[in-house]
Amino acid sequence: MTIPRFWREIKQRYKGIGVECGNCQRVYFPPREVCPHCRRESIGKMKERELTGKGKVITYTEIHEPMSDFKMMTPYIMAIVEMDEDVRMTGQLVDIEYEDVEPGLEVDVTIRRLGEESPSGIIYYGYKFVPIR
Amino acid sequence: MKSSKEVGIKGYAGYVPRYRISPTEIGEVWGKDGARMGKGLNIQSKSVPSPDEDVISISIQAAKWAVKRAKLRGEDIGAIYVGSESHPYAVKPTATIVAAAVGATPYLTAADYEFACKAGTAAFQTCMGLVASGMIKNGMAIGSDTSQGAPGDALEYSAAAGGAAFIIGADDLIAKINYTTSFTTDTPDFWRREGQKYPSHGGRFTGQPAYFKHIAGCTNVLFEETGTEPDDFDYAVFHQPNGKFPVKIAKKMGFTMEQIGPGLLVPRIGNTYSGAVPLGLAATLDVAEPGSRILVTSYGSGAGSDSFDIEVTDRIEEIRERDVPSVEDVISNSVYISYAMYAKFREKIDRGEW
Ligand SMILES: [Zn+2]
Repeated sequence: MTIPRFWREIKQRYKGIGVECGNCQRVYFPPREVCPHCRRESIGKMKERELTGKGKVITYTEIHEPMSDFKMMTPYIMAIVEMDEDVRMTGQLVDIEYEDVEPGLEVDVTIRRLGEESPSGIIYYGYKFVPIR
Repeated sequence: MKSSKEVGIKGYAGYVPRYRISPTEIGEVWGKDGARMGKGLNIQSKSVPSPDEDVISISIQAAKWAVKRAKLRGEDIGAIYVGSESHPYAVKPTATIVAAAVGATPYLTAADYEFACKAGTAAFQTCMGLVASGMIKNGMAIGSDTSQGAPGDALEYSAAAGGAAFIIGADDLIAKINYTTSFTTDTPDFWRREGQKYPSHGGRFTGQPAYFKHIAGCTNVLFEETGTEPDDFDYAVFHQPNGKFPVKIAKKMGFTMEQIGPGLLVPRIGNTYSGAVPLGLAATLDVAEPGSRILVTSYGSGAGSDSFDIEVTDRIEEIRERDVPSVEDVISNSVYISYAMYAKFREKIDRGEW
């Protein structure tokens, strides 16, 4: 990932800011320019919407062959989470053991290190999920 | 030092990573009696950050919860100061990333603070000044660390991770800060040179002329200038590099175990450095009642102390219901790891080139 691209996406990565269609009130994350449901009628009506960060695990899997940034945490869990706003987000699920995860598990968004460019490069931070206890 | 306008705390939260290691487990690796070491330090376990946690992520978690608890929006925060001795970047402020994460950017002032373990309380005082002068409405002071001791060094048994964030303002206070004092000298008890991974310490020099002298000096001047004594306070929080020092100084100054109990976290989580006093204060606020008075004295090597006379208001009850975990909730969610896992988490294993 390049620094400019990362920097442009900071709002979504740190704050979980999606968009809401002003026509049908559906929420999208990551943000879209146009509502796929309302199409032309949504133009100019898509507005920023900060997600609560809370949701439930829909499905999850344990990853054993990681990308290099995740080597330190292997094996790790990736989950698809249905957010309270009825939108799905995919992310790493941390601070829980694989055998304790189940569909419906309530989770919250947290900000963690996602990786780094290099030992002397920029550090990337972004959202992951933690169980609500 | 008394501010010309009433200032205090509007919201707060603490965060401690989930992993723990015991002194016994550490001692086993280095051929030491870890259990005895732990007993001597009064530390049963210390917190260990996960590989994806650092001072920035810990500060962000505490900051987000504190903002939520105070029912503020990011843009309501006019200043953010993060005190730490383990900022991930040597150059690039932690405070900028925390500010972006809570949505406070771009119209705020921000900086990182360093003063060993008291950088967090130095941030308190700066925010108090900015709020009292009317320059900002709300400021955020954070103390947070992921400090390390060299493998096998005595510090390895205590150096832990955690942090807490406080929002300082003039209205909607959950606790008033009545008074603050500071006590600063040039004392070489503990230091880390630029570029060194682990700190150095002056051995026995760290006790009497450093910790005890500064904490007593700072607290006594607060007593004198406010006309108070230990009995006037319901709770007290002292810096806690281990479990022995704060108990010893409390007794010496005339405080009881009941007064320091709620804020004494070091036996369970270790020394969280800049996070220690802020976390101890957060845990104390979690159990305090309206009208409770709390004495707080931090200590930072090098050396200095900051004391605060804090008085809890009725509003404390309201903000407890706001969907933010208490320090106890956070700390009790823990799991022990082996020394091997700990060495991997803390990057003590040379991985060569990946
Ligand atoms: Zn729509």
